[in-house]
Amino acid sequence: MEYHPINTLFVRSLSSHAKIIVFVLVSIALMVFDHKNGHLEFVRSAISTVVYPLQYAAGFTTDLPRQISALLVSRKTLLDENERLRDEQLRLYSKLQRVATLEEENRRLRALLESSIEFYDRVLVAELVGVELEPFRQQIVINKGLTHGVFNGQPVVDSGGIMGQVIHVSPFSSTVLLITDPTHSIPVLINRNGQRSVAVGLGQDNVLSLEHIPVNTDIEEGDLIVSSGLGRKFPRGYPVGTVSSILHVPGELFSSVLITPSAKFGESREALLLWPDQQGKATSDVAMTH
Amino acid sequence: MPPVRHNGGWVIAVSFILALLLTTMPLPGWLSDWRPAWVAMMLIYWCMVLPDRVGVGIAWVLGLLLDVHTGALLGQNALGLSVIAYLTLRLHKQIRTYPPLQQSILICFYLLLFQFFTLWIRGIAGIPPQQWLFWAPVASSMLLWPFFFFIMRGIRRKYNVF
Repeated sequence: MEYHPINTLFVRSLSSHAKIIVFVLVSIALMVFDHKNGHLEFVRSAISTVVYPLQYAAGFTTDLPRQISALLVSRKTLLDENERLRDEQLRLYSKLQRVATLEEENRRLRALLESSIEFYDRVLVAELVGVELEPFRQQIVINKGLTHGVFNGQPVVDSGGIMGQVIHVSPFSSTVLLITDPTHSIPVLINRNGQRSVAVGLGQDNVLSLEHIPVNTDIEEGDLIVSSGLGRKFPRGYPVGTVSSILHVPGELFSSVLITPSAKFGESREALLLWPDQQGKATSDVAMTH
Repeated sequence: MPPVRHNGGWVIAVSFILALLLTTMPLPGWLSDWRPAWVAMMLIYWCMVLPDRVGVGIAWVLGLLLDVHTGALLGQNALGLSVIAYLTLRLHKQIRTYPPLQQSILICFYLLLFQFFTLWIRGIAGIPPQQWLFWAPVASSMLLWPFFFFIMRGIRRKYNVF
């Protein structure tokens, strides 16, 4: 058998024009469908299953130094830490007792007023997969997916406050869009006086912008901003951030307000997934993602 | 067409997997902005030396994997990478004869084109990157290319990939 390099090259170069045009057109079609409406979620989910081991491996290798240092930690350090955590648990328990009675009272009062409010009682701890995604976006990957009941649009919080919401779900992992992403907005209110606003991400790690704050609004630096629950995506009353700077531009109707997010984006390795308490809503949301 | 014998396909596969891994490997702060475009570099290398094995099709599939891997719009990297593969295939004979410096400059042009595609797509989708650091990977890939090329050539010869 003979090998004719000239021939194969000629045949290839003829078809390669057609090939590139087809691939470019298919790519454009994919992008349009992916951007306009999430019809391609099942494609992404399927490819995610293939890609997840890679992400897991990347996360694992970067986690290795920490794992090794965890192996070498002394008994004394562990005992000290255990002691400290026990103290903290006791403190938190006592706090929780007060909160439980308050929450019950709140629920009764709201029932009297016939206002429906969702409580997010069911939670699941997810671990962050240590990978860096597309530059200049704010997304993270967590190690819980469809098999754990995660659904599209599910709120994610950490010990500090709201982190973001789930945007892609695959069988074993999901992608979370952080509140600091430029495409993300979250309805909020100023905890002190209930003034409503929207917190918009700016694409940077540690800053959000508060929109539609008229110059005469009662707002001060250090004010706590919490979620208002108006968008029906996020639970009500979780911390979003604290006001870090207020700028009045003369002649402008609105002041430009920046807040520092409460969630510890750089530090936390765990995140909490929340499920709304009202079973009907939760199941209908899950059904919609399928 | 007579069947063509190949060798070392697993080396190509492993090299692409490695490139994907390096793409999302966390790097400390400022360094992560300068992360080279590993997958694009790897693709250009294989398209250049083995144009009858790695082509537009593989580039497109790789791009789709990269899209999901990095959480980009589905098809964004697929488009850019397949165009790069196409251009490299067209010019692979010239590129092979270039000295490393000249190769670097060509790589720079390819990656600029790739970033332009990304910029356009993200602009249309409403998520434009608003910092000049967006172009940093082009510079770092260009500077790294000669070393990358020599290492990859060494690997290719050691495992006799053809």
